[in-house]
Amino acid sequence: MAHQTTVGGFSFHFDSLRTLMARATPARSGDRLAGLAAETDGERMAACVCLADVPLKTFLEDLLIPYESDEVTRLIIDSHDARAFAPLSHLTVGGFRDWLLSDAADTPTLASIAPGITPEMAAAVSKLMRNQDLILVARKCRVVTAFRNTVGLPGRLSVRLQPNHPTDDPRGIAASMLDGLLYGAGDAVIGVNPATDSIPALMTLYDLLNEVVQQYQIPTQACVLTHVTNQIRLIEKGAPLDLVFQSIAGTQKANESFGINLAMLDEARDAALSLKRGTVGQNVMYFETGQGSALSANAHHGVDQQTLEARAYAVARRYKPLLTNTVVGFIGPEYLFDGKQIIRAGLEDHFCGKLMGVPLGCDVCYTNHAEADQNDMDTLLTLLGTAGITFIMGVPGADDIMLNYQTTSFHDALYLRKLLGLRPAPEFEDWLKRMQIMDDLGQVQPVSGRHALLQNLPRQLLTG
Amino acid sequence: MSDDSLIRPDPWQMLRQHTRARIALGRVGSSLPTREVLEFGVAHALARDAVHLPLDTEALQERIEAVGFDVMQVASRAADRHTYLLRPDFGRRVAPDDVSRLRVAATAPGPDLLLVVGDGLSSLAVTRQVPALLAELKANWPDGWRSGPVVVAQQARVALADEVGEALGARMVAMLIGERPGLTAPDSLGVYLTWSPRVGCNDAQRNCISNIRPEGLSHAAAAHKLLWLAREAKRLQLTGVALKDESDVLEIGGDDAKMQIERP
Repeated sequence: MAHQTTVGGFSFHFDSLRTLMARATPARSGDRLAGLAAETDGERMAACVCLADVPLKTFLEDLLIPYESDEVTRLIIDSHDARAFAPLSHLTVGGFRDWLLSDAADTPTLASIAPGITPEMAAAVSKLMRNQDLILVARKCRVVTAFRNTVGLPGRLSVRLQPNHPTDDPRGIAASMLDGLLYGAGDAVIGVNPATDSIPALMTLYDLLNEVVQQYQIPTQACVLTHVTNQIRLIEKGAPLDLVFQSIAGTQKANESFGINLAMLDEARDAALSLKRGTVGQNVMYFETGQGSALSANAHHGVDQQTLEARAYAVARRYKPLLTNTVVGFIGPEYLFDGKQIIRAGLEDHFCGKLMGVPLGCDVCYTNHAEADQNDMDTLLTLLGTAGITFIMGVPGADDIMLNYQTTSFHDALYLRKLLGLRPAPEFEDWLKRMQIMDDLGQVQPVSGRHALLQNLPRQLLTG
Repeated sequence: MSDDSLIRPDPWQMLRQHTRARIALGRVGSSLPTREVLEFGVAHALARDAVHLPLDTEALQERIEAVGFDVMQVASRAADRHTYLLRPDFGRRVAPDDVSRLRVAATAPGPDLLLVVGDGLSSLAVTRQVPALLAELKANWPDGWRSGPVVVAQQARVALADEVGEALGARMVAMLIGERPGLTAPDSLGVYLTWSPRVGCNDAQRNCISNIRPEGLSHAAAAHKLLWLAREAKRLQLTGVALKDESDVLEIGGDDAKMQIERP
C-alpha cells in the first residue's frame, strides 16, 4: 500500500509499508548502505508522520517479507496471539506510542499484550519514540527467566562473564573467570567464545567451565558459543552443556547464511532440555543478534536493519530463552557509524525485545574502526541501566583479546550497580555474600590472597 | 602527585602469567585506577591508527616473490579507506579493469588452491604475518597441486577472493586478510577457505582460521591447519559448516566469532 503526505510544502510519496518503515528510521549508515534511508531530514519526518497514522493491524496483513518465501514471517503470523492483541487492535502506530507511555500501560498489562505484538509493530512504534520514551517504556516491561538462578527481576542487573582467550588456553580462560567472579560478575552466564571449531577442543572447554561451576558451587550457567550443530554433536558425546547458544537473524535467508533454520533450533533446544541441568528454571537458550546482520548476508529483502533486528526477537521468543543479547556495536561503522548511532540502536533493540517479552541484554560495545570510544559506551551503559537492561557483558578491562573489540568490563558493571543500586540475580548474590565477595549493601569486598577462590584454584591453574 | 593508598590492588597478580587479558587491574572504589585508564587510552589510539595505515604493496610483492610465488596486484572497487569502511560491498568486488586482467591470466585447468592476500582492517597484520605464512605453505605444499599466482588486493574484504577465484578458475581459494585490530593484537591475520569460489558465496560456506601471529596461532600451525582443511575440502568437495575440524590440534581458528556477521 502506498503512503503520502506533505511536509513544509514538499510532498512525499512512499510506495510501500516497507519503504515507509525504512524512511522513518533514525539515520544510520547501514540503511544508507542498503539504499533504504531517507534522502533528507524532511523525508524522514514525512515518513514518521505517515507511519503514525498506520493502523497496527495493517502489519498483520501488509507483510514486509512474503509469507510464502520466509519462515520467520510464517513464525510471526502463525504464532500471533489475537486475544493478547485485541486491546491494541484499534490503535494506530502513533496511538500505540501514546498508550505505551500512558499509565494504563503498567507492568502486568504490558506482559499480557506482549504475545500480541509483532516485531514490525514494535519496530514501527520505536521509530516514533525518542530515546527517553524507549527508556521509560522498556523499564515498565518485565521479563523474568531462570536456569540455575533467576534473571530479570526488578532492581537486578546480571553480567555475562566472557573469559575469552585467543587460543582457548584453559589456564587463560580460568584466570579471567576468577578475575570476573572476584568482581561479582557471572550471574547471567559464564560464556566463552571459542577460537576453535574442533569438537575435542570444544569438549575441553565444556569440561573446564563445568568443573569451575561445580568446584565453587556457583549458582550460574555456562555456555560455549560455537555453532548449534557443534553443540548438538557435543550433547550426543556427553558434554555438560547448560545453555545452547546461537546467533540468529530476522530473515530465513540470513539464518541460512548462519547455517541454521528453525527446525535445527527446535532440535537443539529439545536436546538441551533432555539434560535437565537447570535447578530453578528450564530456559535453556542463549541467543545473540545485532542490527545489520541480514544486510551483511545480503538477505534483507529491502527492509531496514532495525525492523529486521526486531524480527530476530520473534525467532528468539519462540524458544523461551534465558538470555538474548544484542551485540550492538560489534558489526562495524558501515552499519552503525558512530557513538550516536550505536547508542540509539542499543536503546531501540532493548525496547523492542522487552516489549515483545524477550529477556534482552546488551553487549555495549564498539570496534576500533568505528567512530566511538569509552565515553560513548559509558553513555549507553548508563542509559540502558536506567531502562532496566537484563544483563551486560563483563570482560577483563573492557578489552576482549580474542574477538578484538571493546565491551563493558567488570568495573563497568560495578559502576552501574553502584550508581543505580542494582543487585545481581538473587541466588548468585547469596553466593557472593557467602564467599565474602560482596557485602550486604551490594558493594564488592576487598579480598586477600587467602580468599577461598585463590587458595583453592581450579586444577587448570595448578598444572601449568 | 598521587596517593597510591587509594588504589586497592588485586591479590591475584600471579594469574596474569596465564593471559594477556587485562585481569587484576585493581580498583579505586569500584572504578579503574588512573594508570589503567591511560594505558587503555594509549592502546585504543594505536589500534585506531593501525586501521588507517596503507599497505605497502610493492615491498610485499618483493617478499612474496622471494618465497617463490608469482604475484598479481589488484584493487577492490573501494577507492579509499573512508569508502572502504562505509561500503563493504565495494570491498567485496574486484575493480572492473582488474577482473579483466585476471581473466586474461587464467589457465586451464585452474589452481587447486589459490592464495589471495587482502589488507582488510590491518595492513600491519599482512606485512608482519603473510611472508612467513606463505613460506610455511610453500614448504608443505601438497604434491601435484597447482597454486597459481598469489593475488594481492588493496581495500579488500573476505568475499573479494570469491571473484578472484572465479576469474582464475580456482577449485578453492584461501583469503589471507588483516583482522580488525584489537587493543592487544593490532596485527592479527585471518584465513578464510572457500570451495568453488564465485561471486555470491556466503560465510556459512567458508572455514576460518583466526588470530595468526607469533603470540597467537603460529605460522607453522596455521599453515598445517589450512592445508589439512584444504585436503578435507577437496575430499568432501565443500567448505563451511559441513566441514568439521576434528583434528586434535588445539589452536585452530573457529567459524563462530561474536556474531556470525561481518568479516573484515
